[in-house]
Amino acid sequence: MSADISIQRGATIHLKGSAEKILSEASPSKTFALKPDNFFGIVPRLMVKEGDKIAKGAPVFHAKKNPQIVFVSPVSGIVKEIQRGAKRKILKIVIEAQKGEAIVHKIPSLNRLDRKTVTDILLKSGAWPFIKQRPYGVLADPDLTPKSIYISTYASAPLDVDFQFLLKNNQKDFQTGIDILNFMTDTAVNLSVESSYLGFFENIKGVNLLPVKGPHPAGNVSVHIHKHDPINMGEKVWEVRPEDVANIGKLFTTGEFSARRTIAVAGESVSYPHYVITTIGALISSVTDITGYDNKQQNRFINGDVLTGNAEAPDGYLDFHNNLLSIIPEGNRYRMLGWLPFVDNKIPSLSKTSLSWLFASKGHSVDTNMNGEERAFVVTGEMEKVFPMNIYPMQLLKACMAGDIERMEALGIYEVLPEDFGLIDYANTSKIEAQEIIKQGIELMIKEVG
Amino acid sequence: MSFLRRKLDDLKKPFEKGQKWEKYAPAINAFDTFLFVPNHTTQTGAHIRDAVDLKRTMVTVIIALLPALIYGIYNTGYQYFIQTGEAFTFLDAFIHGSWKIIPMIIVSYVVGLTIEFIFAIYRGHEVNEGYLVTGLLIPMIMPVDIPLWMVAISVAFAVLIAKEAFGGTGMNILNPALTARAFAFFAYPTYMSGNKVWVSEASNIDAISGETILGTLAAGGNVNYSFFEMFQGSIPGSIAETSALFVVIGAAILIATGVGSWRIMLGGVIGAALVGFLFNLWGANALMSFSWVNHLVVGGFAFGLVFMATDPVSAAQTNKGKWVYGILVGVFCILIRVFNPAYPEGVMLAILLMNVFAPTIDHYVIQGNINKRKKRWASALKTV
Repeated sequence: MSADISIQRGATIHLKGSAEKILSEASPSKTFALKPDNFFGIVPRLMVKEGDKIAKGAPVFHAKKNPQIVFVSPVSGIVKEIQRGAKRKILKIVIEAQKGEAIVHKIPSLNRLDRKTVTDILLKSGAWPFIKQRPYGVLADPDLTPKSIYISTYASAPLDVDFQFLLKNNQKDFQTGIDILNFMTDTAVNLSVESSYLGFFENIKGVNLLPVKGPHPAGNVSVHIHKHDPINMGEKVWEVRPEDVANIGKLFTTGEFSARRTIAVAGESVSYPHYVITTIGALISSVTDITGYDNKQQNRFINGDVLTGNAEAPDGYLDFHNNLLSIIPEGNRYRMLGWLPFVDNKIPSLSKTSLSWLFASKGHSVDTNMNGEERAFVVTGEMEKVFPMNIYPMQLLKACMAGDIERMEALGIYEVLPEDFGLIDYANTSKIEAQEIIKQGIELMIKEVG
Repeated sequence: MSFLRRKLDDLKKPFEKGQKWEKYAPAINAFDTFLFVPNHTTQTGAHIRDAVDLKRTMVTVIIALLPALIYGIYNTGYQYFIQTGEAFTFLDAFIHGSWKIIPMIIVSYVVGLTIEFIFAIYRGHEVNEGYLVTGLLIPMIMPVDIPLWMVAISVAFAVLIAKEAFGGTGMNILNPALTARAFAFFAYPTYMSGNKVWVSEASNIDAISGETILGTLAAGGNVNYSFFEMFQGSIPGSIAETSALFVVIGAAILIATGVGSWRIMLGGVIGAALVGFLFNLWGANALMSFSWVNHLVVGGFAFGLVFMATDPVSAAQTNKGKWVYGILVGVFCILIRVFNPAYPEGVMLAILLMNVFAPTIDHYVIQGNINKRKKRWASALKTV
């Protein structure tokens, strides 16, 4: 099928240790955690205290600004611990799994649903946090109708998952989820698919299929929105991840909050990289027990992909949204004269001062070394090469650093999320922390403009 | 390697946080990071990083400069021996040139890096690598007989006024190396122009004229060099600017590694060729009728365009802007050469002029992007 959205600028980084297409079940996780930081822009208000017995699907905390939005327990059990950080900020709520009941919501039949009922059910059941809103990538506002909804089934980041495979046993739930989401907007849900590989997504009804092709970040929703129907000032667009569409579908079939999470465990440190079925917020060890990893060396565990994910301790927990757990070696080692051009070509590089492309076919080995130190902005034009939107990334970064709100708006802050700058983080010569700068810029926008 | 690493770590102990020489850490880090890429790991943002860094980029530029530098050293000796009429070998010429040029490079690095280190310590940031290139460029664009103290003063002026006063690497408006040359040009004109400065020891030996080609043309004289001599560079001129051949090799390295902007280089050639061609048609004086092809290979045009106009900090930063900037550098270079014979070396002034206008060019390119977005917002509001 010809691509509606064709991306040229970007880069596919081919790394060692991609997940084999095999599904297995995770070992049972004794504890689960909810991390309020997984939901950008909210301040949590606890609804439980340590020692409380809670059912699966029972609310654990809600958003301070909008108490309708509740975050529920993925399992039944006991609230074991509420971990706090500086200024008593809630880091995570740990729940010890115990046999117990689940909250079941009454679901009217599909043809009797309307927007309001669907919203109520999503909010009450705790499925609302599956929906993200742009600009800014915050939680969706239940009181408004979005201009459109986007779902990207093309995960283009390094080692990222194949949603075709990941959802193969959940096609029905996925279709139901799409039907439900179609209640939320006036236009059909946009489903972006890799153009060469439509698979079962081609048979999904009630969607506007958007075939996409090109290198990373071609799979990012920002790119699809930008090319398809860019966000204008004041407009809101929603985004749902594919497995969460299936989770929403399952909720409307069973009445129970579905916290299914299929995780591709990938990366060079993983002994047997493949897909593992588990639950949102499970212990990382519950999946790595199955896949194994090289524990003789220091590793970094990343909830998400190596460009945009969050680092987590090996005894930590999965995040709320991610379908990928990347495990790569830490890079705290020195390289003698490593700054010479054409030296250490095994490290993947987009720069032509390296012969790393020679090693691309087998996949690159990576670690977490900075490969240099942060410097002032010097080299120009390299950010544009990996940024396929009609936005000037360096100028936008500088506007964010200066905190110049008007300029940030004019240069397109509404159309980007930090994740879109992942490749820029990776590729820029001066080791500028672009994602962090954009994140701070967005925080400033939320504070000053709202 | 691990032995060396341990020694270095011991050496660095007094510079660590909370130790007595903490302030001076940037100085020792600058040396350490040249031996070893540090063991720092990613803390925020992407967990993996490209192998490229600013050191690698700057070193690539230095590698690209080497062919022109080596030829410049040889040509210095060659011009000297041609002038004296002595018999000489390649090695003689090279040794003579080395005695002249290596001290200039040393002076440039010592003075420039000292200032850079002081500012790094004062501002508490690491030493940026930009001066490695600037420090080599400055001697390469000077006349060979310029006194070392003038090199030192020009370097100090360039680093202090053109760079650090604006906030250091990445913030400067003007190319520091060209600022150094412009400073020397206007402060010590007798050492920077005329017919006695371009050939080694020319003022001590009362021999043939050592005028540059552009100088000869500006004075209305005839040029006795073949195109090949001009292209290959066996002509008088600033140290490393004379050989278009070796500059083209450098350009090839910069373009192949993606370090130098081909847009600026190609734009400059187009601009200069076009204006040169138009003047050929007009042909009112010797410089106007000087073939446009020759304009591209004589003087500092090729060197300036490849190594100085492409300086990413002082050039235009957007891709569209780079085209405009490059073309205008070419256009102004030939215009200044032809219309202002007092400054036959037009490329220096053309690049400095365009350095000043580069932010304006970018402003209009970016404003175009902003206007498009705002127009889209407006039309979205109308349809609602």
